[in-house]
Amino acid sequence: MSLLALDRLRVERGGCPVVDDVSFAVAAGECIGLIGPNGAGKTTLMRAALGLERHSGGSSLAGLRPAARARMAAFLPQARQIAWPVDVETLVGLGRLPHAGGGDREVVTGALRRMGLEGFRYRIATRLSGGEQARVLIARALAQEAPLLLADEPMAGLDPAHQIAGMEVFSGLAAEGRAVLMALHDLGLAARFCSRLLLMHQGRLVADGPPDAVLTEANLARVFRIRAFRAEGPDGPVVQPVAVLEGEA
Amino acid sequence: MSAVAQGWLIPALTALVAALFLASLLIGPAAISPGESLRALILGDAGPLTVVMREIRLPRAILGLLVGAALGLSGAALQGYLRNPLAEPGLIGVSGAAALGAVIALQTGLAAAFALALPLLALTGAVAAVSLLLLLAGARGGALTLILAGIAVSALAGAATALVLNLSPNPFAAAEIVFWTMGSLADRSFTHVGLAAPFIMLGAALLLTLGPGLDALTLGEDAAEALGAGLTRVRLVLVAGVAAAVGAATAVAGAIGFVGLVVPHLLRPLVGARPSRLLPASALGGAAMVLAADIAVRLILPERDLKLGVLMALVGAPLFLHLIYRTRRDGGEGLR
Repeated sequence: MSLLALDRLRVERGGCPVVDDVSFAVAAGECIGLIGPNGAGKTTLMRAALGLERHSGGSSLAGLRPAARARMAAFLPQARQIAWPVDVETLVGLGRLPHAGGGDREVVTGALRRMGLEGFRYRIATRLSGGEQARVLIARALAQEAPLLLADEPMAGLDPAHQIAGMEVFSGLAAEGRAVLMALHDLGLAARFCSRLLLMHQGRLVADGPPDAVLTEANLARVFRIRAFRAEGPDGPVVQPVAVLEGEA
Repeated sequence: MSAVAQGWLIPALTALVAALFLASLLIGPAAISPGESLRALILGDAGPLTVVMREIRLPRAILGLLVGAALGLSGAALQGYLRNPLAEPGLIGVSGAAALGAVIALQTGLAAAFALALPLLALTGAVAAVSLLLLLAGARGGALTLILAGIAVSALAGAATALVLNLSPNPFAAAEIVFWTMGSLADRSFTHVGLAAPFIMLGAALLLTLGPGLDALTLGEDAAEALGAGLTRVRLVLVAGVAAAVGAATAVAGAIGFVGLVVPHLLRPLVGARPSRLLPASALGGAAMVLAADIAVRLILPERDLKLGVLMALVGAPLFLHLIYRTRRDGGEGLR
């Protein structure tokens, strides 16, 4: 079942295309990494897919009424905002706003447990460290219980243990029949945990497929201007960028 | 801890407002015993005491309640929307424009010729400010655009008010204008209540629907929109609600500052900082603060007609400085 379908999605700013004719579909069970250098259009793509950005072309989510869309897709923006000193339980409970009806407390408890935050339930969210706040906000998105989760660099600023744990939570969601589309900069995490990668370059989708088919030497050189050490380890693929390439492609 | 505090807060504030409302009815220059006052108010004996109670003190107390609730609720809603604890109803220019309307009514003599001209022109000012604001900030403008547009509207209204004073032909008119802008609930009648009450209640009804949207905005505009908050609707309801409530309050009571700023700030820790819970609490808190201040102006300088807005600023500004100092010491959360 398709949870998101983009058809020739295009976003222009000042006459320049920021997202240029991007089409793809997200099926249930997929854990997709959206990769690309800074300014490739990853964030704009996600915002336009949700209908938060003026665009042409089609997105299956953008046409929905706000409340219906919120039950279809949860969005974790890159900017981690917590405006008021509310406790963690209240903040995570905001994910329940699109849902009318009970069971909220159980859902919040489940989301906190998934992110290893049980002990933080009554702490004031704004007094937590940056990484802890990031995990609380991920728990908030989990509590929304939408079939599709769009996350913009969810692992930025997390320590290695929580990065791995977080990626395991996301691939676990996919294994349960939900789907995750996340912008990522860590190619190693992308290679190990994603079932599919979308590579963006200058607003266009230039590669789409399983990690080993996308993270080729040619793609890394052309799009990221890097060379990477790539190997198959006992725990899965290893991709470690090692050098910046000089000169023009 | 906070759950317990939240449970008793609304009943406690309601009791406080009820007590202050009663006190406002019983305290005045005419020294009458409480029992006598209440008997005259409720039973009525067609004597002078009944007139005092029904025509002077009752409308004054009702207006204190309404104006305070309007200011407190509007402040809480604006702070929630702008995610800024320094926001207040004056910020988006509604108070300033309403005051300008009133000043024009005083200046042109309309207010003297026709009693309702002052409140009506003040409301017109509030509506004009809102229209200008929507034109400037647009239907999809962000919080920053709204603040900037509000500052522009405030500046414009302030300059126009100063111009009216500047060109005022006689010092008495100027003095009247200056006194009016200080804000007061003295010498108001049921005509004022009848004029302000529908607008304030309409505005309050609109603002009280904003709870879920303001809660969602805690996570920022993108996350709130993705949570289904419908920010375009939130913005329209907010501006219409604040214009109706603050416009009507300013129309009958003049400019009373700091209520919308200080009350939400004081009550925020008691509601666990949740914007939706802050709305009803701030309405009650604002009513309590204005009723208390209006009693204080009668007790402190009964002969000199101390203006409510002046007292509020004298008490509110230092209190607010203290709050800012305390918030800074606690790490400055919410003041970014």
